[in-house]
Amino acid sequence: MDITFDHVSFTYQAGTPFAGEGLRDVSTTISDHSYTAIIGHTGSGKSTLLQHLNALLKPTSGSVTIGDRVITAETNNKNLKPLRQKVGMVFQFAENQLFEQTVAKDIAFGPKNFGASDDEAAALAKQMVTLVGLPEEVLTQSPFDLSGGQMRRVAIAGVLAMQPQVLVLDEPTAGLDPAGRRDMMTMFERLHETQGLTIVLVTHQMDDVADFADHVLVMDQGALIKEGSPREIFADPDWLRAHQLGLPKATAMAEQLMAKGFRFDPLPLTSDELADQLLPQIGGAHHE
Amino acid sequence: MTEAIQIDHLSYTYPDATHPALADVSLDIAQGEWVAIIGHNGSGKSTLAKNINGLLAPTSGQVTVAGLPLTEENIWDIRAKVGIVFQNPDNQFVGATVADDVAFGLENRGMPRDEMIVRVDDALEQVNMSAFSSREPARLSGGQKQRVAIAGIIAQRPDIIILDEATSMLDPAGRLEVLQLIQALRERQSLTVLSITHDIDEAASADRVIILNDGAIKESGTPAEIFARGPELIELGLDVPFAERLKHALISRGVNMPAHYLDEEGLVNYLWTLHSTM
Amino acid sequence: MNKLILGRYIPGDSWIHQLDPRTKLLASFYYIGIIFLANDWKSYLVMTLATFFMIWLSKVKLGFFLRGVRPMLWLILFTVLLQVFFTTGGKVYWQWGWLAITQFGLSNGAFIFMRFVLIIFISTLLTLTTQPLSLADAVESLLRPLRVLHVPVTELALVLQIALRFVPTLMDQTTKIMNAQRARGVDFGSGNLFQQMKAVVPLLIPLFVDSFSIAEDLATAMDARGYQGGDGRSKFRVLKYHRRDGAAAAGMIVLTVLLLLLRA
Repeated sequence: MDITFDHVSFTYQAGTPFAGEGLRDVSTTISDHSYTAIIGHTGSGKSTLLQHLNALLKPTSGSVTIGDRVITAETNNKNLKPLRQKVGMVFQFAENQLFEQTVAKDIAFGPKNFGASDDEAAALAKQMVTLVGLPEEVLTQSPFDLSGGQMRRVAIAGVLAMQPQVLVLDEPTAGLDPAGRRDMMTMFERLHETQGLTIVLVTHQMDDVADFADHVLVMDQGALIKEGSPREIFADPDWLRAHQLGLPKATAMAEQLMAKGFRFDPLPLTSDELADQLLPQIGGAHHE
Repeated sequence: MTEAIQIDHLSYTYPDATHPALADVSLDIAQGEWVAIIGHNGSGKSTLAKNINGLLAPTSGQVTVAGLPLTEENIWDIRAKVGIVFQNPDNQFVGATVADDVAFGLENRGMPRDEMIVRVDDALEQVNMSAFSSREPARLSGGQKQRVAIAGIIAQRPDIIILDEATSMLDPAGRLEVLQLIQALRERQSLTVLSITHDIDEAASADRVIILNDGAIKESGTPAEIFARGPELIELGLDVPFAERLKHALISRGVNMPAHYLDEEGLVNYLWTLHSTM
Repeated sequence: MNKLILGRYIPGDSWIHQLDPRTKLLASFYYIGIIFLANDWKSYLVMTLATFFMIWLSKVKLGFFLRGVRPMLWLILFTVLLQVFFTTGGKVYWQWGWLAITQFGLSNGAFIFMRFVLIIFISTLLTLTTQPLSLADAVESLLRPLRVLHVPVTELALVLQIALRFVPTLMDQTTKIMNAQRARGVDFGSGNLFQQMKAVVPLLIPLFVDSFSIAEDLATAMDARGYQGGDGRSKFRVLKYHRRDGAAAAGMIVLTVLLLLLRA
């Protein structure tokens, strides 16, 4: 299922003295089965863009096509459910959305809203809790008795239980420790590979962009200022710096090495790529 | 007095918990030292911070801060000497505006208003937030809020600042903002810093790094000594600096690399010597 | 976010904005008191002119004031109609059974209407030009004498201040949780009453949980920063009367005198 933005603009509180611009003339396509990263500094319009992916916000002008549904300013708020089911959203600090007495009930909440029977929903809860790497015992526990990292996993399981085709992740690893972060990102990668989920990731971690994404959207002041593969985006470090964006660590290191006379083509994005390209330049493997 | 903090066989068990959160931790931190404590979530890092200024009372063991043993009578004197910057920038912002928040700790100590105004202005100047003094917290970024929290602490002229995962909810820009501020403050005045963190760059700025694992001190050493352990850190659920990761990627490709830790600059220089002697 | 009444403050540095909040609060009450002195078109004209003069001084657009009247419109019309139909005296223009529209009825209706609108304008002026926090300061300062009676005025003021400080934070959190639950298929504000009440649960529980964790964090932070209750605390925010506050008081007295001279 593709999601296509056609000249989408959005104004917050349009028609009031507090109006503010959220998106400016954004056109792009998030294609089926892609792993798209959205980057941009805080306040660049990333969150506004995200909320258009499942019609939590509707464009002030232009249109968003999600699968076979076209969303414009005139779209009625009714009948959006099928669409919300197809696009699962994991918000920042997703553990804040938990509310049920047990983990099982919380995970089943989404599917039941979309018409699943109690049995179906319970089966989904069981399946998803394993998928996110939690033991089945937690199903009967209160979500509020779990650790922060476990709560976040329950929240993600609750979104996965809706069986969406697109999974939208808004800084899913914020506040986790390094091990938690690694596990979480590996889990999304696995979902992308094995379940064929389209993934949209909003992140500040350029290493995650380099490691996982195949397409990158760069936002600034509500506008989409660049898009392309990670390699294309990170090929121009000066441009990124001018827009207050970072580089993957390997790319930054490569830049420092280039100042000392090393050459890289293309610019490496990961430590393995960097090591591979360094090898012939430092005399190969058997240097004494 | 050269020790800012002395922790002597400290243990702490939360009420209702079966397992101690801290088990027999002993640690001395010298005046003016910057110590980073790393460890995965649940390793007891934050519990340690709360035991240092009496937000939690040790189950056993003794904590001494700036020569004062932590007791019921000393608790408020100690809190005046130790400032904590907490994780969530929003939930520690008490004042309705930036200046009000900085003044909060001073008001608590009943400081005369004239002196407060001088201290607040000075503290805001030091964290470079003077232009924001009448702003409301809702209109600040996360990094700015943490800078205000730091201003609120330095206004009290403390001996020790504890950063309790103070940068973990910030974006990279905010993180850098806070880290650079702490470095700048330490250049201007003698300040003992204890930072509890997951951020490897924050740990690398410290004089000494301590690994806490399951409530006990696992390792202690300079950042170079700790980071040289590379893969072992990952097993403990921690992060490794990029230079160290690259070093290991090269080692696995058969390149001879020095065993000791190289920071980015050191690694670049080392690779350059290899490159130029080719 | 700005739909909230409390947040309707419009930043500015007009003469009215710069008045001491206590002056504005007291003057607003005083104004609402003396408007009941007005009883004919001349006195209402004076009050209206005075109100528009104050609005002009505040440099806030008239549209904001008209919008303040809108939610009250039905209540106003109802009261006006009661006045029109049930006041007797003067010429009778129309009669049907015991219902009558009389000369006095019409003029009373018009006066009531003016009184309502002017009172709303003045209260709107107060909230548009005064930050909620300043109002809280004003209330604290004006209630301070009650400390003699052991009313914990400073603690209450701190509670009020913190509550106001966290309004935007909680509003923000509400929006976020609503979005998260809408994304999980919740329809807020549709269906019958029972369905709507059920839809609120997934919003309220996370909000409660969040408020408690905010409260806990905040209590810890306050504790760490040496808060030991209201006794022995000094105050950073102090209110000071300036010359313009005296001018405002004088203005109110002149207005009162005019009213007393002109009223029928």
